[in-house]
This record gives sequence, C-alpha cells and structure tokens, in this order.
Amino acid sequence: MSTQSNAADKTERLLNLVICLLYTRRPLSKAKIRDAVPQYGSKASDEAFDRMFERDKDELRDLGIPLVTEPFDEFFDDEPGYRIDRREYALPQITFAPDELAVLGLASRAWTQASLAGPAAQALRKLKAAGVERDDSSLIGIVPRVRTVEPSFEAVKNAVLRHTPVSFTYRTAGTAAVATRHVQPWAIAYWHGHWYLTAFDIDRDAPRVFRLGRIEGEVTVEGRPSSYEVPGGHEPREMISTVTVESAPRAAALRVRVGAGHSLRRQATTVTAMAPEVPGDLWSLVAIDFTDTEAFAEEICSFGPDVLVQSPAELRESVIRRLTGALGPVPSGEEARR
Amino acid sequence: MRARAKSGQVKSGSQRSQPPEPATVRLSRLLTMVPWLLQRQGVEIDEVALEFGVTPAQVEADLMLLFLCGTPGGYPGDLIEAEWESGRVYLGNADTINRPLRLGVDEALALIVGLRALAAVPGIGERDAVVRALAKLEAATGSVSAGVSRIQVLIDEGTGNQTMALALAQQALSDRRRVHLRYLVPSRDETTERDVDPMRVISFDAHWYLEGWCHRAEDVRLFRLDRIEALAILDEDGTPPATAQPRNLDAGVFTPHAEDQLIRLALRPGAAWVSDYYPTESVEPAQDGGAVITLRTADTAWLRRLMWRLGAQATVLWPAELALEVQQGAREALEAYAAPAGSAEPTSESD
Repeated sequence: MSTQSNAADKTERLLNLVICLLYTRRPLSKAKIRDAVPQYGSKASDEAFDRMFERDKDELRDLGIPLVTEPFDEFFDDEPGYRIDRREYALPQITFAPDELAVLGLASRAWTQASLAGPAAQALRKLKAAGVERDDSSLIGIVPRVRTVEPSFEAVKNAVLRHTPVSFTYRTAGTAAVATRHVQPWAIAYWHGHWYLTAFDIDRDAPRVFRLGRIEGEVTVEGRPSSYEVPGGHEPREMISTVTVESAPRAAALRVRVGAGHSLRRQATTVTAMAPEVPGDLWSLVAIDFTDTEAFAEEICSFGPDVLVQSPAELRESVIRRLTGALGPVPSGEEARR
Repeated sequence: MRARAKSGQVKSGSQRSQPPEPATVRLSRLLTMVPWLLQRQGVEIDEVALEFGVTPAQVEADLMLLFLCGTPGGYPGDLIEAEWESGRVYLGNADTINRPLRLGVDEALALIVGLRALAAVPGIGERDAVVRALAKLEAATGSVSAGVSRIQVLIDEGTGNQTMALALAQQALSDRRRVHLRYLVPSRDETTERDVDPMRVISFDAHWYLEGWCHRAEDVRLFRLDRIEALAILDEDGTPPATAQPRNLDAGVFTPHAEDQLIRLALRPGAAWVSDYYPTESVEPAQDGGAVITLRTADTAWLRRLMWRLGAQATVLWPAELALEVQQGAREALEAYAAPAGSAEPTSESD
C-alpha cells in the first residue's frame, strides 16, 4: 500500500514539475519550484527537498525531457534557474497520410515482444496523437518480424548508439573457447536470424564480427561515451557477410537412412544408394557441402540415428560428442549397461 | 482540493497488489495519453485501455491522477479537467502538455529500423508510403536518429527456390488464389502435399513464411518458404474461411495448446536460448546461467530432434518416456559409429 501510493505521489510530483517547467517562460529558481509543486512543500528539510529535486531532474532527463539549467537572472549568475524548452520538448508537427501511418504500424510490429516492442508501440502512439487513424485495408500481408532474444542486445545496442567501449565474455564459433574481448562497437545488424556486432577489437588491433548470441553474461562498459570514431562508410552488411561465409565450403560424406534426412538430400551434391549390409536396411550415401562445422553437426544430430557422418573426421567427432552428451551423465566407475 | 486528493489516493491504493509501476513509466504514459485523448474527446475507456496496453481500471486511476495535476497555483481553474463517468473520456485545460514528447532514441530507432527493413522486402506494394513515412520520421527525429543507421535489419530474398516461392506466394496472395504445395515437414522429416489459401507472407527469424488455411490440416498453418519443394497457383478461389485467424507470432512460430503434453527440460547455459525461442509455461533460472523450463507440445518428434542437437547442454527431466527415447536414439547412433563398419569407415576407432 505504501509503496503503491508512494509511486503514485511521485508520478503526481513529476507530472506537476513537468507542467510547471513547461508553463514558465523564465527559468525558475529551486525555491519557486518548491512553492509551485505542492508535493515538494510537504517535505520537511531543505536537504531532503534538494536530494529529491536532483533525483527528479535526472529522471526527467532520462525520459528524454529537455530540462535546461539557465542563469536565473542574467545579472546574477549565483543561482541557476530551470525550465523545459517547449519547442525542444514537443514532437514536431508532422502529419502522416493514412497509408504512411499504416506502414508505420507494420514497422512497429516488426519487433516482437522483446526489447524494442515497447518503445515501438509508444512511438506509434505519439505519432497517432496527431489524430489520424490508420487504414490497414490497402496493405497486402507482408510482414517482417525481428526478434531480439539475445540477452546482450540492449547493452550492445546502447554501446553502438553512444560509441561506448565495452568488454564481454565471448564464445568463439566452433570451439568451446571462451575469452574476454575488449571492443569499440561500430554497428549491429540482424542477418539470417541472428544479431551481429561489428567492432574494433582492441586486443587484436583489428575489426572483428561477433554474434550476440555467443556473448555470455554481462556486457561491461569500459569507457566514456563518444570516445572513438566509427570509420566513415562502414557497411556492417559487407563485413558480416564476408566473415560469416569466410570459410570455404567443405565436402562431407553422410550415410542417410532411406526415407529420412529430406532437408540434407535437398542440399546434396550427389545421392547414391548404398548396398544394404542387412537386407531391408536401406541407406544412401549423401555428398554435401558445409561451411560451419558446429552448425552442421547440430543439424546432423537432429536426425538422431538416421544420419551418420563418414567424413570429415572433425565433423564426425563433433556429432559423436553431442550425441554422447545427449545420452546424459555417464555413471562413474563400472558401466551401467551390464 | 483536499477532497479530490483523497479520492485519488483511495483509488490508486485500492489497485490490485502487483508491484507498483515505476513512476517514470507511468509519467511517460500520461504524457502520451493526454495529447492522444485531447484529439479523441469522448473516446471509450476500454479503447484507451486497449491502445495503451493497460487495464480499464488503470486508465481510470491515470485519469484520477491527471485530475490532481495542473499549472502552479493549485486552484481548480489551474488543474487538468477530466471526466469519465459515462465511460467516455473528456479532457480539458491541459494545454501545457497537449503535444506528445518527441521520440526517444529507442522509439525513433524501433520505427526507423523497422521501416527500413520493410522497404527492403522484395515486392512490397507500399514502398512509396514507406519512403514517405521514413523521410518524415527522419526529419522529425533529427539528431536522435543520427546513430540509427548503425542498427540494421538485413532482409534478403533468400536463394533459388525461396525467391521463386516468395514471388509466387505474393502473387497468389494478391490474386486471392489457392495454391498447391509440396512441403517438407522437418520435425517429422517427411514431404507432404497440400492445398492452401494464402493469408499473409511473413519474414520471421530470417525465414520467409507463407501463412494460410491448410485444407489438409483444416487449420491455419505456417509454411517456411525454403521448405516448399514446389508451389503451384491453382485456378481456384483462395479466400480463406472467415474463421481463419493469423497466428500471434510474438512467442515464436510454435503455438501450444493447453491440452498438450507437459515437458520439463533442464537447460545448461549454452542452451538457455531455448527458453526464449519456444513458448514456455515456466522458466526457473538456475545458478549457472541455465534454467529449468516447462513447455507444452502435442508432438514430441521435434523435441527429440532438439535434444539430440543440444547434446550435453540439455536434459529431459520429464516425461521419462521422452528422456528414454532421446537416450535410445543417441545410443543407436553411437553404436553405429562404434561398429567396425564394413564398407567405408574412414577413421579407426580408438577404443
């Protein structure tokens, strides 16, 4: 009950503060503000008011409200005054045609419930505050959807926007190796279902691409905002597509049970029938190209006993390692089977 | 004055006992709600609730709070006027905050990046509207949108088959024609034939999907375009039944049913993404960064395949039959690897 009404009191105080600072033409001194916003008046000591006002100012600025500090009087600059610049505060007058609002609606729905869906919906409401109702009827049903399930998305996105150096624990593709990386983030891009970060890797003294899904744990801020420049003309798409298909395709030979492994058969270079070792037990020999060993091993594992790797050995070992893991913990000591 | 203040307290105090919403979140909603309401005098409370994603009771509590605020002075004439007794909302005397706050970075970002992704969709009919909306939005957000170009959603048309299927699906959609599909169901690892009335084409998690009324399943189904082996537009009307509703994809492309079987999995950190990817009934985070999750599914074939794929990163806790099936499949495969195979085993087994 008390926290509930405290939060309500605080909202009331902040709203009155916003209105008061928007309303005034001249900067207001702290004393004037304290008089004007009744929720401050009830606070006993000056120190308590000061602390509260400082916090409130910060919180309004965090919301993007342009609260400015100006000399209260141009002849006496000992005491600052405060106001909110109305022109800076308000969304510029923009009128969207119904079809424009309809595509804005589509764009806002591109974000599923994670991370940016809330801001997207709020942005759309602000635009609709101008009064136009949207008309979806003209739209044919084509919808891009983007998900931001990577826990590091929010922190990395903010680092990109603010040019803030960060560090994080990164699991390198195809290995179990984990290392701390120190980077200057350049851009992030959603490509083929994953978010990628392009950045300058400080330790390696070279640009690198990171998959957000391979960042483990917290992203740590390692410096001040705007402490480096992003190279002009940086194209994340080029960098990501070069790196992610960097490894040349390699050939694999798979034994695939007849009637199974359809998606592999479709990608195959050749499919040949194998002579059955046991009558009725029919298998094909599938030759297929792959690039990422671990990703391909995962795909093969998903067919369980219906697809077996013949070569290369590295792929075969990765599959065996995963399947052994899927067996569960091995009982220590004697084998449990006999 | 005092009486008004009191009623406000009682109202907000009697809200259900959830953790209170942070004051700044509520403030942000109020600052958007005021201009929105001023443009829509007489709008119903339920509609406000729907638009702002809160309960009607919360809308009333918000109005009650607005009613207590106003320009300095504290006299009734200074306060915001709000009336909603009839179930319709009327707002007045709120000129100071009659414009919405300009878009914040994340807000501008979400719309601009979304629009750019939309503009990149092959064959979209509204490209002109997208370009106009984008230009207006960028002008209105100014410096805020400066860094936004470094957040990108790269949509591509896919390759070969998929491009062809995308073009055909879009054509069928705009001509309202039924299509015939030869479709690979990977969770069962089998190819099926079906007639579908297209409803929409969606790019989701890097894949293009055709959503439509499937006459074979007699239900709405999603078909991943790269798994369509053949798509033919039929000379038949493809209007889906009136009851066919597009699925809500917020939780991903899987929609569980309440009567489906309950599954319990232990995920290690490397498999923690599973809890984000599939709709879950519950997620209990574990100390090591993993989690124990429960989910529902009618068909466990895909789960078996998921478990083999995850290897040591995940364990089936329940039901025992599924755990056993996963183990049996893995053991069968491992025994085949261990067997001194006759034909063409390239590597020798060490032990």
